[in-house]
Amino acid sequence: MPQPIIEMHNIQKHFGSVIALAGVSVNVVPGECHCLLGDNGAGKSTFIKTMSGVHKPTSGDIMFEGQTMNFERPRDAIAAGIATVYQDLAMIPLMSVSRNFFMGNEPVRRIGPLRFFDHAHAAEVTMAEMRKMGINLRGPDQAVGTLSGGERQTVAIARAVHFGAKVLILDEPTSALGVRQTSNVLATIDKVRKKGVGVVFITHNVRHAMAVGDRFTVLNRGKTLGTAQRGEVTAEELQDMMAGGQELATLEGSLGGTV
Amino acid sequence: MSASQADATDERVKEMSAIRRWLIRPELGGIVGTLAVFTFFILFAGDSGMFNMQGVMNWGVVSAQFMIIAVGACTLMIAGEFDLSVGSMIGFAGMMIAIFLVVLGWPAWLSIILTFVMCMGVGALNGFIVIKTGLPSFIVTLASLFILRGFTIYLPQTIESKTIIGGIRDAAEGDWFASLFGGTIGQGFFRWLGENGFIGVFERGTRAGEPVVDGIPMLMIWAVALIIFGHVLLTKTKFGNWIFASGGDAQAARYVGVPVNRVKILMFMFTAFCACVFATCQVMEFGSAGADRGLLKEFEAIIAVVIGGALLTGGYGSVIGAALGALIFGVVQQGLFFAGVESSLFRVFLGVILLMAVILNTYIRRMITGER
Repeated sequence: MPQPIIEMHNIQKHFGSVIALAGVSVNVVPGECHCLLGDNGAGKSTFIKTMSGVHKPTSGDIMFEGQTMNFERPRDAIAAGIATVYQDLAMIPLMSVSRNFFMGNEPVRRIGPLRFFDHAHAAEVTMAEMRKMGINLRGPDQAVGTLSGGERQTVAIARAVHFGAKVLILDEPTSALGVRQTSNVLATIDKVRKKGVGVVFITHNVRHAMAVGDRFTVLNRGKTLGTAQRGEVTAEELQDMMAGGQELATLEGSLGGTV
Repeated sequence: MSASQADATDERVKEMSAIRRWLIRPELGGIVGTLAVFTFFILFAGDSGMFNMQGVMNWGVVSAQFMIIAVGACTLMIAGEFDLSVGSMIGFAGMMIAIFLVVLGWPAWLSIILTFVMCMGVGALNGFIVIKTGLPSFIVTLASLFILRGFTIYLPQTIESKTIIGGIRDAAEGDWFASLFGGTIGQGFFRWLGENGFIGVFERGTRAGEPVVDGIPMLMIWAVALIIFGHVLLTKTKFGNWIFASGGDAQAARYVGVPVNRVKILMFMFTAFCACVFATCQVMEFGSAGADRGLLKEFEAIIAVVIGGALLTGGYGSVIGAALGALIFGVVQQGLFFAGVESSLFRVFLGVILLMAVILNTYIRRMITGER
């Protein structure tokens, strides 16, 4: 297995008297899709927010490319190459696709001492990147609001990869999507993985995880129940670990394993 | 290249009609409104002198005043915030200039610069409080509206026992910095126009032979300069993209590294700057500062911006649209006088056009974002 890009060692995060993470260790290697599974309240969001610099861990180490990192704010994590795509907050609907694509990384053209947004360059790159991802735009000035949920996720992923993400964290990218849109996003994850980006895919849908995941880590009540390789674990076992064993047995009887 | 692009066309994406493409431009409401207003007044007040040189200057100056504060309100609204203290800021800035210049006897350039610094400081404080507390800017600036207005009345009453301080024009006489805000330029050109009969000249009195309009007021120059600055900033720069992003969705913008707090605070400061330009031009023109100056200006600025197509919720709008909104405002306010209509009807008009603009904007927003 290649050298991990990012290693999280024994991460603890306390909010006052609440222990959100009680020692979680996960690593991500280039070109893999590492699925982070867990039920609501398991600590998935807190964990990825620690990884992306939103929260500082109470204790534990973050090693990025072999060096200990201390992210003070999200910008630090972004600068290091850790990009996060949030479910609802990926894009701004009122702005055009190209303005969204370059938001925070605007290309600049100099005219004398003045610096202007290079719209021509932005439009060209946006159209090219969108075509690669299989999204047909009417034009680069089309508003993001007119895109479907899956397309918005895809644009956000394409943006993160274009700006050099080495680790791409996807926070429940498929949870609000229909069947076709979900498969598009999963296909996008596959494309991105093949480029050598380490993908962290957060979901509570085992089937989506099994479709693209290389490794699976299950979180439950702020603890990890271990990391499994693809093929070492079945969907039922993952489901079991997420729901916490005992309670699930009765559940599964009534629902026939369809969840 | 073009062949592959043609292949990539999605059969489900309908070509956008030219009308629809135009409809989603934020300036549309402003352009249609401007055409409608001019058509109306040319028909009903065309022979009243509204469109001769003096008449144009009359509504031009009023429109330019609205434009100056509308530019600030527009960029701030696109950044997702309001400033209700603009009107009080105008009164406060004028009063501070008067106190520094007339009461304390400081030089005009120093008085004006100091006032700008103070007001932009208040703007920054407004922004800082909004950012730090997460309160709606509506409430925070409503508080500053009262605080600033209170000081504007208290200070001259305590110092001079009156609410109007005069003598500003004499005190600022000969100061080159003050002349950036008062007076006119292009006097030679206008005299030439008058001598050659292109514009009217006074026929009697002490100014006989002089043209009826002696130049372009500095106020108009400021309005045009601020509109160009605001438009270029918003549409052609990196910072402009940040303004749209901050107003569109502050959290999404933060996640990709846009310094939202800095953008918002700077826009509050820019709005204060615009209010100061307005106030300085006004005291230079009137020669006095009054405690009631700028009353209701904050609402007039916001109305001009909304007529100009900006969304009250932020993230969408145009400086050109806001300028057209201000033009509509000025033309109607002065035009009703030329047309001999009772001037109180201006408020009726204002309410109606504001309602129409907001409804139109809501519809357009649905079209852009594809909401149902």
